[in-house]
Amino acid sequence: MADDRERAEILVTGVHKRINDAFQVFDHDLNKTVDVREIGAIVRSLGCFPTEAELLDIIDEVEEPNGFICFERFLPTMSKILMENKFRPIPEDTLLTAFEVLDQQKKGHLEPNELTEYMRQGDEPFTQLEMEEMLSSAVEPDSNLIYYKDFVNMMVLDGER
Amino acid sequence: MHKILSFTVRDIVTQYMNISIYMKMGYMNINLNVVFALAFKIPPHVMGCGMGKAAASLGKKREREHISVPAMRAALLIQRWYRQYAARLEMRRRCTWNIFQSIEYAGEQDQIKLYNFFGYLMEHFTPASSERSLISHIFRENDVVHDTEWERYFCYKSIEVSHGYHGPHLTFPMTFCEASKLVEAFKHKQLLHSRYVLQLLGEAWKLLRILPNINHVSTCHSKEITICGDLHGQLEDLLLVFYKNGLPSSEKPYVFNGDFVDRGKSSMEILLILFAFLLVYPNGVHLNRGNHEDHIVNLRYGFTKEVLGKYRVHGKKILKLLQKMFSWLPLATVIDGKVLVVHGGISDTTDLNVIARMERHKYVSALRPPKSSRRSAGGNRRAPCCTEGGEERNHHGTGARARAPGPGSRHAAHRRSLHSGSAVEEELRQRRQQAGLSQSLQELRRLVSSSSSSDEDDDDADDGNSDPQPRTPERDEWKQMVDLLWSDPMAQDGCQPNQVRGGGCYWGPDVTEEVLGRHHLQLLIRSHECKQDGYEFCHNRRVLTLFSASNYYEVGSNRGAYVRMGPDLVPHFIQYQSSQTCRTLTLRQSIGRTERSALGALREQLFAHKSDLLGAFQHYDPDNTGVISLKHWASAMEGVLKLGLPWRVLRSQLGTSTQDGMLDYREWIQDLVFSEPKHELSNASILETMYRNHSNLETIFRIIDTDHSGSLSFEEFRQTWKLLSAHLKTEVDDDAIADLALSIDFNKDGSIDINEFMEAFRLVALAVPS
Repeated sequence: MADDRERAEILVTGVHKRINDAFQVFDHDLNKTVDVREIGAIVRSLGCFPTEAELLDIIDEVEEPNGFICFERFLPTMSKILMENKFRPIPEDTLLTAFEVLDQQKKGHLEPNELTEYMRQGDEPFTQLEMEEMLSSAVEPDSNLIYYKDFVNMMVLDGER
Repeated sequence: MHKILSFTVRDIVTQYMNISIYMKMGYMNINLNVVFALAFKIPPHVMGCGMGKAAASLGKKREREHISVPAMRAALLIQRWYRQYAARLEMRRRCTWNIFQSIEYAGEQDQIKLYNFFGYLMEHFTPASSERSLISHIFRENDVVHDTEWERYFCYKSIEVSHGYHGPHLTFPMTFCEASKLVEAFKHKQLLHSRYVLQLLGEAWKLLRILPNINHVSTCHSKEITICGDLHGQLEDLLLVFYKNGLPSSEKPYVFNGDFVDRGKSSMEILLILFAFLLVYPNGVHLNRGNHEDHIVNLRYGFTKEVLGKYRVHGKKILKLLQKMFSWLPLATVIDGKVLVVHGGISDTTDLNVIARMERHKYVSALRPPKSSRRSAGGNRRAPCCTEGGEERNHHGTGARARAPGPGSRHAAHRRSLHSGSAVEEELRQRRQQAGLSQSLQELRRLVSSSSSSDEDDDDADDGNSDPQPRTPERDEWKQMVDLLWSDPMAQDGCQPNQVRGGGCYWGPDVTEEVLGRHHLQLLIRSHECKQDGYEFCHNRRVLTLFSASNYYEVGSNRGAYVRMGPDLVPHFIQYQSSQTCRTLTLRQSIGRTERSALGALREQLFAHKSDLLGAFQHYDPDNTGVISLKHWASAMEGVLKLGLPWRVLRSQLGTSTQDGMLDYREWIQDLVFSEPKHELSNASILETMYRNHSNLETIFRIIDTDHSGSLSFEEFRQTWKLLSAHLKTEVDDDAIADLALSIDFNKDGSIDINEFMEAFRLVALAVPS
């Protein structure tokens, strides 16, 4: 029993440490607060895949009136999310399948404006800037096409670093 | 084909009206292709003649007009995934940024510590000490000497321009044509002859001396004013700004907000251009002093080296003139009485009236409190270092200066006026004995000011040294100036000393409101901090940080920006990035590149602290198992390096792998591989000291090299090491230094070339296998 408790404690400490480290990167003034706009980057860099709406829910829970988020309030909320494994990562093959669904003609690639159309619609469309950034990494410059299998590989690999 | 041609303009307009309703509903990001498809409802097979690929894809669009549910779900999934990926990239970018900034600011702090240490030595060493004479010349105060004498010293007339010179020839008075000619010449990488340099600088100096501390500018006549931030010797950026925005003139006024020099390779050229245009349009060019317009900072950050390298014969003279000109640069600019432009920032005590009244040229270096607050109460005492001014004596034969009593009696005066108790006296004697072991910045300041407070409070019966930093009017003034040049904004309210930089404050939004309110200002524009997009607002958009040196840390690291502002005082931003290659890098590539560079810089730091790190790791491993936990590893790293970096996040990029959460630290340290220096050194600890204190060493060398010859004698080299070891509280034995000196006397001529020495021991990182 004591062992279990100890293990649980170690686990919790580990989680707290990870949250603290991620938080610290965006804490410019080293005063345990971050700008609310950085929350997306922090939550996601901890391995979560929330939608924009889910992020807004998190922000609602922890935001201070002055537009900042302080660590004391963020820590319990984020710990819960990590422990419960909410916003689970999307497996690589699911991602590939998603691209294949968009590629109706099974060409093995997508054109930039095809992808743009999909990404710029829906409940949480990409902004102009997000779209440009995605295209700049996704489009193969010589052919001006998106070979999504390669793109998925690249995104996943970078994630392992 | 005819079907297409028969659509009327009215049809198109109607469709656009529908689209605008979409936009109001929040679908801001509608793709124009979709708009067209909806508008024209063109079936794919009708496409033909001349509309080509675009038309064909429009047709395809129409098929997907109603996106299927699986496709929508797939798109959602991809969006979520991509945002996660982008966040990870952002985290990496931010870490990289933090690394560069920490190393940069730690360097600035180092410099201030070093300077304060020297100041302390000056105050407390015995007059006979040879160390003191080596460094005294950087503290010489020259105010008593009349400017006319200096003008004679700086005179250009005796310098001949040989026929072999192919650079620009300037004629005076400076005109717009001459100034543009200068810009063109520098574009073609020409060097301006030292005669013209001294002539141009001399003229500009005269002008600077009549300028007020605060430039007041107005945007009347519908003029727009352009404001630029830090340039740091990056000529390409200045040229890019001129290309995009036009050259300065009365119709196109500019404000340059400090930090023109250091780090980049063309600081001299930037200064010459700015001063040239200042001469042509005194009402069109406004310069603010930055914290790098300071000869002490220049010793470390490359400007001194640049000038001496470009002007071997007259470099020293040019530097001396620039030293004075920097002290004469205005401190701030106010636009239309509403916008304050200053290099660093403000503090809770900032008072523009005090700043307007001060004699700004008293502060040759902003790092040093004014001489008068340290002078003893009686008599016309001069700076302690006046007697060592060999250089001055050669050039100024006049006895216009009042000769102070010798340093010996100054010490006696110190002792006599120290009536605050024997405790301080005892401490001073101990300090002298220990030959200046360094202390914290705070303690140094306290010690310096406690002796001065004793001096000034002669009449005060119970002067008990209770106030560590007595608030004399001079110190207040000095603090105002340092705050203007060195401070940074912070997110939380309040005002606290800027520990990271070692000078100035961190100030909060409440201070912004209070200071701006008190002065009836609406906006503060400052620079001093590099920003990824070239500019950034904070404090409810009441403070704007503007940085004009693009790719500051590394190619692709950041954009530069400048601001145009009309009578409405609404800032308009123009951003740019000067290198050709980086524009074609994807975000991912440019982050990767900057990151590799930052990690390289960080690994250098690790290597330089190898033995300390090993010691710290071993402290956590008393049983000598060879492994420690990640938590301990991170603590040890921060304890030794003190860079305030998120070590656990950086862990994987520093090549650490863990098993069961434990790290084999010996293996990890071994893997920090670097190329061996060209010369074998038996003493590994000296080697490490050298790597770690690369910049400090170079700074000390350049200070000691009084004739700016670029080389040191063995004795001077030995003195350098003794000074450094006193500063660092380490022991370095004479034999080891002698060996070192012999081994690096490359020409075997009994002297050591500074540049060669620094090159030989510059760390060159080998690529770490990923």
